[in-house]
Amino acid sequence: MNAPARVTFRIRRFDPVRQSPPSWEDFEIPAVAGMTVLDGLRTIKETLAPTLAWRSSCRMGVCGSCGMFINGHPRLACNTQIAELGSGPVTVAPLPNFDTIRDLVPDLRPMFDKHAALSPYIIRDDHDEMYEPTGEYGQTPEELEEFLQFTYCIKCGCCMAACPTCATDPVYSGPMPLGQAHRYNADSRDGGFTTRKTALAGDQGPWRCHYAGECSRACPKGVDPARAIQLMKRQLVFDYLRLYSQPCPAGVVTPAPASARRPDVPEAPAPTVDVSRARTSPSC
Amino acid sequence: MRDQRLWTWHVAAGLVVLVTLALHMAIMHLDALLGLFNPAGGHPIDWANVAARSRQGFFLVSYVVLLGAALFHGLYGLRTILHELGPGPALRRGVDVTLLAGGGVLFVFGAWAAWAAFALARTV
Amino acid sequence: MLDTKGYPNRLGLRGWVGGGRWGLERYLYTLHRLTGLGLLVYFLLHIIVTSARAFGAAAWDASMARVTGPVFVAGEYLVFAAFVFHAANGVRLALVELGWAIGRPIEPVYPYRTSVDEQRPLAVGVLIVAALLAVVGGLDFFVLH
Repeated sequence: MNAPARVTFRIRRFDPVRQSPPSWEDFEIPAVAGMTVLDGLRTIKETLAPTLAWRSSCRMGVCGSCGMFINGHPRLACNTQIAELGSGPVTVAPLPNFDTIRDLVPDLRPMFDKHAALSPYIIRDDHDEMYEPTGEYGQTPEELEEFLQFTYCIKCGCCMAACPTCATDPVYSGPMPLGQAHRYNADSRDGGFTTRKTALAGDQGPWRCHYAGECSRACPKGVDPARAIQLMKRQLVFDYLRLYSQPCPAGVVTPAPASARRPDVPEAPAPTVDVSRARTSPSC
Repeated sequence: MRDQRLWTWHVAAGLVVLVTLALHMAIMHLDALLGLFNPAGGHPIDWANVAARSRQGFFLVSYVVLLGAALFHGLYGLRTILHELGPGPALRRGVDVTLLAGGGVLFVFGAWAAWAAFALARTV
Repeated sequence: MLDTKGYPNRLGLRGWVGGGRWGLERYLYTLHRLTGLGLLVYFLLHIIVTSARAFGAAAWDASMARVTGPVFVAGEYLVFAAFVFHAANGVRLALVELGWAIGRPIEPVYPYRTSVDEQRPLAVGVLIVAALLAVVGGLDFFVLH
């Protein structure tokens, strides 16, 4: 598909100083093959509108900064080529369901607060082992597959913008925080199901998800938060029916006995940083 | 804990409604095709048919079970929709109390009607 | 910390309905909600109207006389159609929301295949079953009577 010679960007602008309602502004720029929406925004900022604001960083769909509402869909600006959007103008608005800080910059803090409230980290009793590990926790490839898909989340907020419940309900945690809570609930090394359940069993939990499926369609990384949320519901319902109890977290595996190194495998290069210094924090 | 418990019962009540309401719909609205439980012939809402069903213990039980399950399923669904509109904590509480009280009154009233119709049909 | 006030940008009820370029499941979600509300309103009135049977034949006949006519027949057919859709879609939702029809977590490889694709045959099946039952009901409501 060839990109048109010129393309119109219709961008929603908001100035936090004036606090007047957001308005749409059109910009026409030359289009080149392979041009992404993010490339277009850069061209506009460099040539037409120096005050245009948005958030971006890596330019390759990894950092999760440039989530925007592009032609009515939440997408990453760096991952969206203008050629795939058809021949009309490219409409770019800030992600909905978040307050707008300025132009295309959404306020993602409520999402991160909800994320943090669901304890998205490994919770275990053996603190000594966690902070001074003597080995690694054992995990089979099958156990890894139970949550691996959900670890690819880049916290861009596209799923929250697509979710119908998030469109009205400020209490509901939303797809990203819930998906990440399940990522840890499903981790065989974790023992925090009971801790997370205190929040998940109430209003913030998965009960306001009705499987419209939009979060999974919107996710630019194929994380499928809707799947995580339904699996979480099953776990919680079975827990209520006393049909589920979280298994004991995986223990430390005994290191395999030393074996002769294969001659064709080279040695690892020497460290480029002083690891012993990096481990020392200034406070201790 | 609250929604974990209520949502589980919401699904369970939905399954009960599925069976009992499907039977009710089949009797009342597919009568020309199936002709279930209409011993007097004619329309299912003719008094003779209504009285004939009302005097059976099976229908008394199934009506009360359908009433309770459908009220719970429907009012919990309504509660979900109202909560998702984003009311404040006081309004949420108000919604909960109103729906609980309204559901309770309707259940008592509907169950009484089923029982009274059962008793009446038995005496005739 | 930010010292500016953000502009509220929730989609509101518009975000429930979606519309236009959203997926099939979004429409099923909306329709499930609408049919559920419709059925609930009918059901609450139905409890009151049919309670007349507790007072005997005369009260029953008087009560039924108030809800006869083509408008009520059409309305009852809508209730029947709403029920068959809500029931069929409800079975799908019970299966999906309890994690039984969405497949196991997979390594995301582009083009991504999600749980939505896994349960899609079920969603299509819901539409077919609901449409078939609605046609059968229509036959009974409008042709055989």
